[in-house]
Amino acid sequence: MSHAQSSLRRFMQTCADIPGFISLRLVEQQAQTLGVSRNVIEPPSLRHSCGVMVCVHIDGQQAFAATSDISLSGLQQALERAQHTAQSLRGRGLLHYPAPQTRDVQAHYRSPDLDLPLPGTADWLALLMETSQSVPGDPRLVHWSARLRVVQEQQLYLDNQGNDILRSQQQLYPEVGVNAFDGQQSQRRTYSLAQQGGANVVTQSALSEQARRVADEALQLLLAPNTPQGPRDVLLMPDQMILQIHESIGHPLELDRILGDERNYAGTSFVTPDMFGHYRYGSDLLNVSFDPGVPGELVSYSHDDEGLPAEKHLLISQGILQRPMGGALSQARSDLPGVANSRACNWNRAPIDRMANLNIEPGDQSMEQLIGGIEHGILMASNRSWSIDDARNKFQFGCEWGQLIENGELGAVVKNPNYRGISSQFWRNLSAVGDASTHQIMGTPNCGKGEPNQVVTVGHASPACVFSQIDVFGGQA
Amino acid sequence: MSNCRFASAFKALEHWLKGQLHTDEQFTLWFEAEDSQFVRFNHGKVRQAYPVLQLELTLRLIRGERHSSAQLNLSGDFAQDAVTLGHTLTELRALLDVLPADPYLLLDTQEWSTERQVPGQVPELQQVIDTICDLSQGLDMVGIYAGGTLYRGFANSWGAYGWHQCANALFDWSLFDASGEAVKSTYGSATWDAQALSDVFVQAREQLKHLSTPRISLKPGQYRAYLAPAALEEVLGLLSYDAFSAKAFANRQSALQQLQLGKQQLSPLVSLREQPSTGFEPGFGPDGTARQDIDLIQTGKLVGQLVSSRSAAEYGMQANGADRREMPHSLVMAPGELASNDVLSELGTGLYISNLWYLNYSDVGSASLTGMTRFATFWVENGHIVAPIETMRFDDSLYNLLGSNLLALTREQTLCIDSGTYERRSLNSHVLPGALVERLTLTL
Repeated sequence: MSHAQSSLRRFMQTCADIPGFISLRLVEQQAQTLGVSRNVIEPPSLRHSCGVMVCVHIDGQQAFAATSDISLSGLQQALERAQHTAQSLRGRGLLHYPAPQTRDVQAHYRSPDLDLPLPGTADWLALLMETSQSVPGDPRLVHWSARLRVVQEQQLYLDNQGNDILRSQQQLYPEVGVNAFDGQQSQRRTYSLAQQGGANVVTQSALSEQARRVADEALQLLLAPNTPQGPRDVLLMPDQMILQIHESIGHPLELDRILGDERNYAGTSFVTPDMFGHYRYGSDLLNVSFDPGVPGELVSYSHDDEGLPAEKHLLISQGILQRPMGGALSQARSDLPGVANSRACNWNRAPIDRMANLNIEPGDQSMEQLIGGIEHGILMASNRSWSIDDARNKFQFGCEWGQLIENGELGAVVKNPNYRGISSQFWRNLSAVGDASTHQIMGTPNCGKGEPNQVVTVGHASPACVFSQIDVFGGQA
Repeated sequence: MSNCRFASAFKALEHWLKGQLHTDEQFTLWFEAEDSQFVRFNHGKVRQAYPVLQLELTLRLIRGERHSSAQLNLSGDFAQDAVTLGHTLTELRALLDVLPADPYLLLDTQEWSTERQVPGQVPELQQVIDTICDLSQGLDMVGIYAGGTLYRGFANSWGAYGWHQCANALFDWSLFDASGEAVKSTYGSATWDAQALSDVFVQAREQLKHLSTPRISLKPGQYRAYLAPAALEEVLGLLSYDAFSAKAFANRQSALQQLQLGKQQLSPLVSLREQPSTGFEPGFGPDGTARQDIDLIQTGKLVGQLVSSRSAAEYGMQANGADRREMPHSLVMAPGELASNDVLSELGTGLYISNLWYLNYSDVGSASLTGMTRFATFWVENGHIVAPIETMRFDDSLYNLLGSNLLALTREQTLCIDSGTYERRSLNSHVLPGALVERLTLTL
């Protein structure tokens, strides 16, 4: 147990006689970022973040206070500030907060392989250097880099209902990027992964192999024609599917957006509360799960940041919308079922409804069958551009890599592949879903939302998928 | 010297750290702190409220040509923070032992000292809540208040010292009508003025009335358009990520590479300048270099880049005060000659776009941008507002929008204060005119 955790437990004991609900959420995060750029080691950076968010309920009003002073006096001051804030809300608060129902939960979530030692900095840097040096010496390759970010985070949630929930996560983010330039135009190819686990997340990525591949593909793109314009069947690989799921299923199903909290910033949703249980979101092939129990997926956990037990739920089953992503508060506000997704980016922000692990369930088609079933289409991989309206409906996404598909055969490489559509129609065009052999577990550390703003990690797992008759186009270069 | 407790704490740690250094070591310290109050509103009431007391310190340890940095949270209590900093110092020493020399390390060892305290007065929490809730009576208001004092400090072992603190309050909100149409507004000030806030509320209420007409649905195509300063801010916000970065130019990832190569042009009406001398940020950056005013684009031509010390060493350039990310923080766009009062008549028939949303590149090489209209966007005929439009996607090149299709910029500029609060409250700002364009391509 860390010194900060001991301090938090001692402070919670001093709160025993205070009426009303009190919770304390301590986050201790250690991160190391390493990089090699054009075969030169960049100066590493470390980050040690530590602080506490206090939450109180007084007369049905909820308020918080965050502090990086985790001494007993610092916690006492934060508690008093939270109490003062709650008292200031009388008659002005939007909601009346019920007392949390969960009691006496003792839990400790641990990432896979958390007990296995990680390589030291020198070993990581040697691996990244080897990766960087794998990029061939072609004068058109003007920039390349290999990076690794390792994040170790412990979150301790305590409240005066007897809940004591510890979460120990270790996340690894290996990535490789190569820029090619021919004097007229540039193309970029990347590889990245984001998972919980140990060193095997990195070693299984085979970074040197990835570096050689993306370098070769960047050079191929320089010589490739632009993506042709017009309707085609689109085969999206998992590293683009995760963006498609995130933007046009994940965000529209966040219950706080549906309830209007995000209208001034992240936006609203084309989904309305009356749609759940019967609205056809996609074709029969579409099965979407909120699944916090996938080993190694970026946001697997046992409880959300307000202590709600996390379990798998189908949000969309055989194309029909079943439930939104909303934590205990949003469920109470809307009288809709939800999931355990009340999350904060760190100790200095309060929890709101977020995605965690949001996945598409595998289907029954091999990659050969997916390609073989397309007469006039295009394969797209690796997201490079994303834009969608504030109701999460009209979108336009771009990828790094495109390959035309004609008569069931994968053909010519094309550059600047983009496609656009409307969420409420797009998923109904889902015509084939890849099987487990096409399925990948991925994620992103950069999902922004909320006021004040928060960036959280999000896990997505998906097979490759085919969408029929999508509006496809290339770039101007 | 400032009598602020954070300044004292920072100074004490700097002094302590100097006493811990080995003879072959140097350091830089970058301090960021805020004591902020956030109040989030929905439906005219408080949805979430909390103060955040947050102290962060970034220590860079330098030994010869080896260096590494660590960012940590502080408590504000010297005894406790010295222990934490001591552990970090030990950790960085071990890290330097396994690092090779950095060929791109360029250090600024000049001794300097500067202190700036921008006077300001932020309201008490109760006043914030009561004022805003009272103004929102009968309105569907959703938004965020963020206020309090922001602190930045720099020190290094060569004797440089900088301190900057400013108090301000920013309220960013939207008023919605029953059909979902909305007007977005911002009020920000170092000295909170409830009457001034009330005046902005009145204006927003008036604008909301224009939205009561049923929406017009437009077909994809090209439309004459006026981009209000807040809409133009989104365009420049996207460019700010990497378009002006020396590293991005060298890596061929800048959206302005075609401008640099002389293959594309911007309108001679366009002049952009990074102008920290008039912004809210401190006059020094995280590595201790003095921020400089830098002309980036003059009469449509690329004349400058943001060059960090690392890029300077790597690409053989002259550093000009940019920090590691090489992003502008206080961008100023020169005004034009179009009077704001004449915008509607000069627009004639077309789109009045108050805000854009979620911009990204559809083709970074050709500076092609895509994004959405958002909030109050109107169809205008013969100089008169007709109705709001359905949300539309645009996809167009910057070389059209601010190049061949740019007709005029407004004479009046608007200060757009960044309401961003990712990790900490932003000190960024833009000063921008509005832009009248001959054609904007709508695609969906």
